[in-house]
Amino acid sequence: MDFTKINHIHLDILREIGNIGAGHAATALSTMLNKAVDMKVPSVNVISFDEITEMVGGSENIVASVFLRIVGDAPGCMFFMLPIEQAEKLLGDLLGGEAVQLTEGVHSEMTISALQEVGNILSGSYLTSFSDFTGLNLQPSVPATSIDMAGAILSFGLLEISAVSDFAIVIDTAFTDIKKLDEVKGHFFLLPDPESFAKIFNALGVPMDE
Amino acid sequence: MSEIIKVGIADINLVSPPDTIRTTGLGSCVGVILYDEGKKIAGMAHVMLPESALIKSNTTNLGKFADTAVNALYDMLIKKGASAKSIKAKIAGGAQMFQFSSGSEMMRIGPRNVESVKLHLNQFGIPLISSDVGGNSGRTIEFDPLNSQLTIKTVNKGTKII
Repeated sequence: MDFTKINHIHLDILREIGNIGAGHAATALSTMLNKAVDMKVPSVNVISFDEITEMVGGSENIVASVFLRIVGDAPGCMFFMLPIEQAEKLLGDLLGGEAVQLTEGVHSEMTISALQEVGNILSGSYLTSFSDFTGLNLQPSVPATSIDMAGAILSFGLLEISAVSDFAIVIDTAFTDIKKLDEVKGHFFLLPDPESFAKIFNALGVPMDE
Repeated sequence: MSEIIKVGIADINLVSPPDTIRTTGLGSCVGVILYDEGKKIAGMAHVMLPESALIKSNTTNLGKFADTAVNALYDMLIKKGASAKSIKAKIAGGAQMFQFSSGSEMMRIGPRNVESVKLHLNQFGIPLISSDVGGNSGRTIEFDPLNSQLTIKTVNKGTKII
C-alpha cells in the first residue's frame, strides 16, 4: 500500500465519508434514544497500529463493540465502539431504564442482542450513506459483538491492512452528548481494506495516480 | 528499579532481570516468548499473521509474522549469549474475538497464528513448555525472565500463571 499517492483531497473525501456516514448513524441513534446526540468532526489519519488503540483509551481498556465486515465493491471493516460505562447507559436507556451491567461477564442474552441491534442499525445507516455517496455496492455482514480489551478487538480489523503495511488509514468519528461535548460516548471506525481506497477514489472521480 | 518493557502490536523486544516484558490486548494475535532459563534472558514478539510468504510487499517488521518472529527472536537471543540448546518457548493468544457463521479464512486467523507459531518452533527444535491459546477472550501477558513465569490476564477469567 503506497500512502504517498494519497493527497489532501483524498483525505478530505474520506473525511466526508465519515461525516455523512456517522451523521446518518447519529440521527438513527438519536431517534432510538429519543434524545439529541452530537458528533465531532471526523478525523482521518494514517497511523500506526499502536496509535489506533490509543484512540480508544489504550489497548487494555475494556470496550463494548460491534464489528462487521463490509462486503461488495470496496471491502473493509467497521467498528462501533463504546466505553463500557457508556454502553451500559445506552443499553439501559434502550431497555426501558433497566440497570445493565456488562463488566462482570454475566451478560444476559437480551443485553447482547440489544447491543448487536444498536450496532446493526447504526452501521447500517453509516454504510447506506457511504454507498449512496460513492455509488459503490456495499453490504454489511451480520454484526458480531464483543466486550473485551480494545486492542484485542481492534487488531482484528487491522489484519487485512497489516498484510501490506505497518500503518492504517482510520476514519474515526466520535459521538458526544449534546450537553456534554467533552464526554465521548462512542466511536465509529471505518477501516477500508488496502485495495478499496483506489476504488473509493475512482468512484468519486479523483483517481490516486494524478 | 525494575521496569516493564513494552511490546507493541507486531513488535519484538528482549528482556533480562530485574525487568519484565509485557504486551497488552492480544486478540487473534499470539504472544511468543523465547527464553533461556539458565542465562535469564528472554524475548517476546506480538505476532499478527501466520506467514510472511503470503505477503506481497516486503515489510521489515519482523515481529508481525509467525515465521519471521520466531526466527528473529531466536537470532536475537543467540546474539545475547543464550545457548541454542536451552532455548524454550511459551505462547499465549490466538483467540477468536468474533463468532461468524461464515467461516472465511481471515476469521480463523487466531488458530492459524497458533498453528504457524508451533510449526516454526518445531522447525528450530524449540520445546514449547506451556501455552494458553484459543478461546474468545483478549489477553494481556507479562513474562518474568527471573523465574520464567508467564502471567496471563483476561477480562472475564481473571489471572493465571503458566
